[in-house]
Amino acid sequence: MKGRIEINRELCKGCEICIFFCPKKLIALSDELNAAGYLPSAFNNDSGECTGCAICASVCPDVAIEVYRG
Amino acid sequence: MKKVFSHPKSLKKAVFHYCPGCGHSIIHRITCEVIDELGIQERVIGVPPPGCSVFAYYYFDVDMVESAHGRGAAVATGIKRAFPESIVFTYQGDGDLAAIGTTETLHAANRGENITAIFINNAVYGMTGGQMAPTTMLGMKTTTSPFGRDGKFEGHPIKMSEILAQVQGSCYVERCAVNSPANIKKTKKAIKKAFQNQIDGKGYSLVEILSPCPTNWKMSPVKSWQWVDDVMAKEFPLGLIKDTTGKKRAD
Amino acid sequence: MAKTLMTGNAAIGEAAIRAGCQSYFGYPITPQNELTEYMAANMSRRPGCSFVQAESEIAAINMVYGASVAGVRTMTSSSSPGISLKQEGISYLAACQLPSVIVNMSRGGPGLGSISAAQSDYFQSTRGGGHGDYRTIVLGPGSVQELADLTHHAFEMTDKYRIPVIILGDGMLGQMMEPVEFRHEAPAIPPVREDALRGATGRPSRFVRTFTSNPPDLEELNWSLFRRYQLLRKQEVMWENYMTDDARLIVTAFGIAARIAKGAIRQARDMGLKIGMFRPITLWPFPGEQLKELSYTTKYFLDFEMNMGQMIEDVKLSLDGRGDVSFHGRPGGVIPTPSEVLRIITRIYHQKGLNK
Repeated sequence: MKGRIEINRELCKGCEICIFFCPKKLIALSDELNAAGYLPSAFNNDSGECTGCAICASVCPDVAIEVYRG
Repeated sequence: MKKVFSHPKSLKKAVFHYCPGCGHSIIHRITCEVIDELGIQERVIGVPPPGCSVFAYYYFDVDMVESAHGRGAAVATGIKRAFPESIVFTYQGDGDLAAIGTTETLHAANRGENITAIFINNAVYGMTGGQMAPTTMLGMKTTTSPFGRDGKFEGHPIKMSEILAQVQGSCYVERCAVNSPANIKKTKKAIKKAFQNQIDGKGYSLVEILSPCPTNWKMSPVKSWQWVDDVMAKEFPLGLIKDTTGKKRAD
Repeated sequence: MAKTLMTGNAAIGEAAIRAGCQSYFGYPITPQNELTEYMAANMSRRPGCSFVQAESEIAAINMVYGASVAGVRTMTSSSSPGISLKQEGISYLAACQLPSVIVNMSRGGPGLGSISAAQSDYFQSTRGGGHGDYRTIVLGPGSVQELADLTHHAFEMTDKYRIPVIILGDGMLGQMMEPVEFRHEAPAIPPVREDALRGATGRPSRFVRTFTSNPPDLEELNWSLFRRYQLLRKQEVMWENYMTDDARLIVTAFGIAARIAKGAIRQARDMGLKIGMFRPITLWPFPGEQLKELSYTTKYFLDFEMNMGQMIEDVKLSLDGRGDVSFHGRPGGVIPTPSEVLRIITRIYHQKGLNK
């Protein structure tokens, strides 16, 4: 299964919970502030390892992540 | 690729005002997922408390009515008695349900009011700045227990779930947490059962949810999620406390 | 319908049921237990109705709040100390504009007080009582018949104006037995209020709340409530003028005190003294203009209350400096007799030279 996620950087509050729980460590804090003044999470799937497990989305307090799988 | 995770229908598309890492928004989301899955959005009336979740009606796309501090169980009783076809839930913090609202909570459960209570336990009074709550643990420093909670002066943390399990009118009591993917899944199942019990007319259901409060615990969100496991769950054990419904948790 | 002999407390209950009240939430407290018990007997198993003996007066008022949100006619009752407990709930009802009826069969205070009739909750009832700028309609019945009639009126008023209504009775009215005629039948299917929250079926979800993080919104709520109060002052005052046409001294009194004073005034009239009485029936809105009218023909007033002097402030405010107002009061649940009141009113009459 291949997957990808989309993080809404304006909803993200940079809590880093998704970073902590991603089994493949594909999420890291961005270094650009969003409009609310947070450093949001950013998805990096260069390795192509994302399986669309949706763990990140299930733990995101701000429903900031959409997950695609196929 | 197919979208496999999206925003629940009964959750309004509003930016949450909650702190980064707060458990409230997770619980709002999974409760809305349950409301969607059970198809009850049009029947639900929610009663949020004063507290961080006072604006819950900005998020839950269901009829909601504000309650005075602690009185949610009484308000819910009034609604449910007046309109039994509704699905009424209270959403209460630990101060609301276990301090000022203890009497109303206990007696709604004792009368077996056919309502669903979602009890958010973060061991402090959040909105007012981190004061000691009935569920604050021994040794925990809060703004009104600055020397650390001491049983001699401040009493001990109260286990509301165990207390409510004692009264005959409560049919289902479970304690959960929302600090990991596995726990979030379990909590959602518990919430679903608590609503299903009401649909089935079984009596009072309570789901106590240990919820991280990074701001008042003075920790990073990740640390606060770990603290729920490392410290809170040792004082407030997770798991099923009472189930007289004869039905397993919805899977 | 024929007249029937009933206690005041029971008459309130019967009138409420006939007004389509579908839920009652109460708690035991003397001297109104007969009302709670009447509702238990007549409402707790009535189809479509609910009765709960709540765990406290606080819980009861919050159940009223919930039932009102769900669109049914709803009521609670208590006596003075229990009404004190309800004040936060009443403030919330006023703020959320939820129709509700609260019955206070008042007793001596302050504190746990006495179980005997008193009128010392006038301020509490007519000045809001709880926190914030708000008023409730306050009705002051003076007989068992009026308890029945005003209970019906209370439900009509609260639905019409979306303001909580307090029926300010007392322990004596509640316990006395008089013939009463009920002029209404209970509706077969009591109506549900249009703006009820019953789940967002076929419409967007709604919420009922008062808390706001934007003070100007709350300011506007307050202004709009007060515009409604002005309307009430114009449209809904009720009062009784008793022998005031040629009176040289007018007694101002409400509720059971007015009842006692009437006996004294009749005796005084037999003695040739020209004494009358102005009896407010709506204590809020207070019939101030109607009282002031009397000051154009009568200069002397005696305010008689079973308290330390509460309604007298509204009397003086209404008279606006035009009258000479004396006071006689007995607090604590002491019930004055007509002969005591007769003694007082004749003494004042003579002291002010009204016998000349």
